[in-house]
Amino acid sequence: MILVIAEQRQGTLHRASWEAVAAAHELAGEDAVEALVLGSRVSGAAAELSQAAVAAVHVVDHELLDPYTPDGYVEALMQAIGALKPTGVVLPHTYQARDFVPKLAARLDCPLIADCVGIVRGGKPAFRRQIFQGKLVAEVSPEGRFPYLVSIQIGAYRGDSAKRAAGAAPIKALNAVIDPSVIREKPEPPFREARQAVDLSQAERIVAVGRGIKGKEHIALAERLATVLGAQLAASRPICDNGWLPMERQIGSSGQTVAPKLYVALGISGAIQHVVGMKGARTIVAINKDPDAPIFDVADYGIIGDLFELVPAIISELEKA
Amino acid sequence: MKIAVCIRHVPTREWQPRVDDSGRALREQDASYEMNEPDAYALEEALRLREKHSGEVVVCTAGPSRAAQVLREALARGADRAIHVEDDRLVSISTDSFVVAGALADALRDERFDLLLTGLQSDDQGAAQTGVILAERLGLPHATIVMDVQVGDGALRVKRELEGGWFQWVALPLPALLTIQSGINQLRYATLKGIMAAKKKEIRKVTPASLAAPRLAIVTLDVPRKTKKTEIISGTPGDAATQLVRKLKEDARVLA
Ligand SMILES: Cc1cc2nc3c(=O)[nH]c(=O)nc-3n(C[C@H](O)[C@H](O)[C@H](O)COP(=O)(O)OP(=O)(O)OC[C@H]3O[C@@H](n4cnc5c(N)ncnc54)[C@H](O)[C@@H]3O)c2cc1C
Ligand SMILES: Nc1ncnc2c1ncn2[C@@H]1O[C@H](COP(=O)(O)O)[C@@H](O)[C@H]1O
Repeated sequence: MILVIAEQRQGTLHRASWEAVAAAHELAGEDAVEALVLGSRVSGAAAELSQAAVAAVHVVDHELLDPYTPDGYVEALMQAIGALKPTGVVLPHTYQARDFVPKLAARLDCPLIADCVGIVRGGKPAFRRQIFQGKLVAEVSPEGRFPYLVSIQIGAYRGDSAKRAAGAAPIKALNAVIDPSVIREKPEPPFREARQAVDLSQAERIVAVGRGIKGKEHIALAERLATVLGAQLAASRPICDNGWLPMERQIGSSGQTVAPKLYVALGISGAIQHVVGMKGARTIVAINKDPDAPIFDVADYGIIGDLFELVPAIISELEKA
Repeated sequence: MKIAVCIRHVPTREWQPRVDDSGRALREQDASYEMNEPDAYALEEALRLREKHSGEVVVCTAGPSRAAQVLREALARGADRAIHVEDDRLVSISTDSFVVAGALADALRDERFDLLLTGLQSDDQGAAQTGVILAERLGLPHATIVMDVQVGDGALRVKRELEGGWFQWVALPLPALLTIQSGINQLRYATLKGIMAAKKKEIRKVTPASLAAPRLAIVTLDVPRKTKKTEIISGTPGDAATQLVRKLKEDARVLA
């Protein structure tokens, strides 16, 4: 049996949970898929999950599971996995999964294949994951003990393609005994930083700079291109980490998500954490000197070359018109 | 405060990895190496905590002899001493986070650190596991993707990054392990004085008695398959610029 561990927040199912269900169906083949949701007052999330083509939805409802803590989750999941005995466990590779799944794997002493983008089925399952910042793809198989744990990269599977069932799957309560003293972390409520001055989600055109820009003094070049294009200036994370542009101009999983008509990526490699924030752009132009840069996988137009030669040429072409 | 920082020695980002004839290993002869990026931020955070609260910063890497390069660099930036868990297999592509975390745990356990810092993930493997597994092996609480660290009386308050611009403060008791996110601070670089001082600092070598069996096996390595048809525009910079602007106007219709 393949067990999907769904993620919920305040009782609402995280949409990446459906992506994990889709991956679990592919992995299971003829084998059964069951789902599990944990937290406190999660009947809404369980009901939504019971629409999926799964044999059962198990619910671990415990007041010590709200708010989320890695200690609480691992304690509850050790008991749930012990009772259900799955051969494989599938989760979405969210920030929450990054926080507790390696601890769960270590406690179980079982393999964890993290951030997978695909499944290879055969005698023994194998999983595809990106390494070297997306420059290579490794096919990896779990060794030794069961269950193996697999986390699925956000966006690698389509949540709306997960098989739904005609009737709702049975919802089953699972008991967990949690001693409050095992929980060492005391989380405070999530918050956002003070309202951001720039809302890039409304921009029609965006020029984004990455580490290929080399130094703070060259940001002005990208800014000139943005001005002639009537575009907003944005950046990949390292540019903001270095303080070359303010954090509020960062695009990606920890920054803003944008969908402009035009997105020009200058010297950006195309790491998944950047791409999730901009792949919804209608037309993507990538300028990069590395022909193998993953950004070319999402670009509509690509120029392989030195941005310090190309950007001035594009500016003068636009000024001509 | 006695602080450990785990630093991975990784090929530079410019390096284009190439697969060897076995299809399961890399040709690394032409690679040059650097400190894993988030680990540099973890080191900087440790140095800042030492400046505020006094104590000691010990850096640790697990890897072949060439990995000592990142330890020397960390000592030059201001770390007090270093531990090198030396074994050729410890940064190989076929060695997973379980093996590395196990070796690090064995080397660090008896030092009884108040705080251990790792990066949130490696630039080469991207497993995002080693720090959390190490915490579990040492029986310590942890927090991941940390963007701010406040030290109080026997306890920590850390700011965790959540998705999409959200954050959360979490309190946890010491000793603890944190995985540090890039951008938590502004990095300092080694000065000539630091480089000279580093020559006198200790790098203690530890040979692991045994390594855990890997939990993962590489079946194949490959270059990614293209999923989208990118129209590559070639020519001199001037030609490429002309073509691009014309296509954006006439085909994509994103420019007036
Ligand atoms: C949990 C987590 C969250 C993250 N969140 C984000 C996020 O929200 N946003 C984000 O962007 N990243 C994020 N990252 C970081 C991400 O993984 C990458 O490290 C980052 O996006 C890389 O930025 P880059 O493309 O600018 O730099 P690099 O990967 O270093 O790429 C630089 C590129 O510039 C090219 N180049 C160099 N010189 C030139 C030249 N002269 N002309 C043309 N091209 C040139 C190179 O070929 C290379 O492809 C996150 C990472 C983690 C682990
Ligand atoms: N061989 C190693 N030596 C020292 N620290 C390591 C090693 N491998 C991983 N780490 C630490 O663990 C973090 C996460 O690595 P990973 O689990 O490979 O993504 C890195 O940022 C380092 O801080």
